[in-house]
Amino acid sequence: MTEFTPVTALIGGFLLGIAALSLLFFNGRVAGISGIFGGFLAFKRGDTLWRTVFIAGLLVGGVILTLFYPESIQFELKSSASTVMLAGLLVGIGSRMGSGCTSGHGICGIGRVSPRSLVAVATFMATGVAAAVTVHLIFGGKI
Amino acid sequence: MALVMIFLSGVVFAVGLGVSGMTQPEKVTSFLNVAGNWDPSLAFVMLGATVTYLLGHILILKRPAPAFAATFTLPTRRDIDRPLVIGSALFGVGWGLVGFCPGPALVSLVTGYESVIIFVLAMGVGMYAFEVLDLRFGKEPDGGAGLIVKS
Repeated sequence: MTEFTPVTALIGGFLLGIAALSLLFFNGRVAGISGIFGGFLAFKRGDTLWRTVFIAGLLVGGVILTLFYPESIQFELKSSASTVMLAGLLVGIGSRMGSGCTSGHGICGIGRVSPRSLVAVATFMATGVAAAVTVHLIFGGKI
Repeated sequence: MALVMIFLSGVVFAVGLGVSGMTQPEKVTSFLNVAGNWDPSLAFVMLGATVTYLLGHILILKRPAPAFAATFTLPTRRDIDRPLVIGSALFGVGWGLVGFCPGPALVSLVTGYESVIIFVLAMGVGMYAFEVLDLRFGKEPDGGAGLIVKS
């Protein structure tokens, strides 16, 4: 279980919004991580450099967190390796098939009041709740 | 200069994820698991991010073009189709199982945790598989952002 942290959640959310706005302002793009990473993997000439640079920024951000706010990025996972692998596959296929994830649909899409994103967020919230509740109630939190 | 700003966007995005608590998978599953000790923090992350984006993007899109690109490249589709719903449903299951989504998973690569590496590799395989197979659905490069719109 975790503690309710509304203030840092709001501040962090604000930073996410600013970062996404910054990408829009400077590069004219939606800050959808699955789209950016998926496009990076697909590799199209002339369309890969900015993606690589953005992902490098994410990693450097991770290093900054490790240095100045280490507890934010340390965790223990109760899930088994096979569950993690299955989850990764589902997130990878699902985010590309559904044209976005928690950032592209959740932040930018909701922020643009896009009907597709509203449906996507309602859908992945519903199945996310179903999955997390199933893990908790049926598997006792460990799967 | 453009690349510097794109890089900094990524850095701030990652720091925002860390500050908000979203790089803690348990924080995510504690939000989604409404049958346990519910932690509503994620709703506040969404609130902070979406309100900021909502207000800011209106101002930005009044400009004729982005600072360092010829046009804004934004999704234009408004129809609800089957891949959108099925894909989002699959995504949600994966997200709720462990508490990772693409952003936090990539940022957490720097921890070197085995679980994160497995997740990102599997996610990459999933994305690549979808990209290559195209699963007979229409291709939507860049999360449906393929079409250039606006100003």
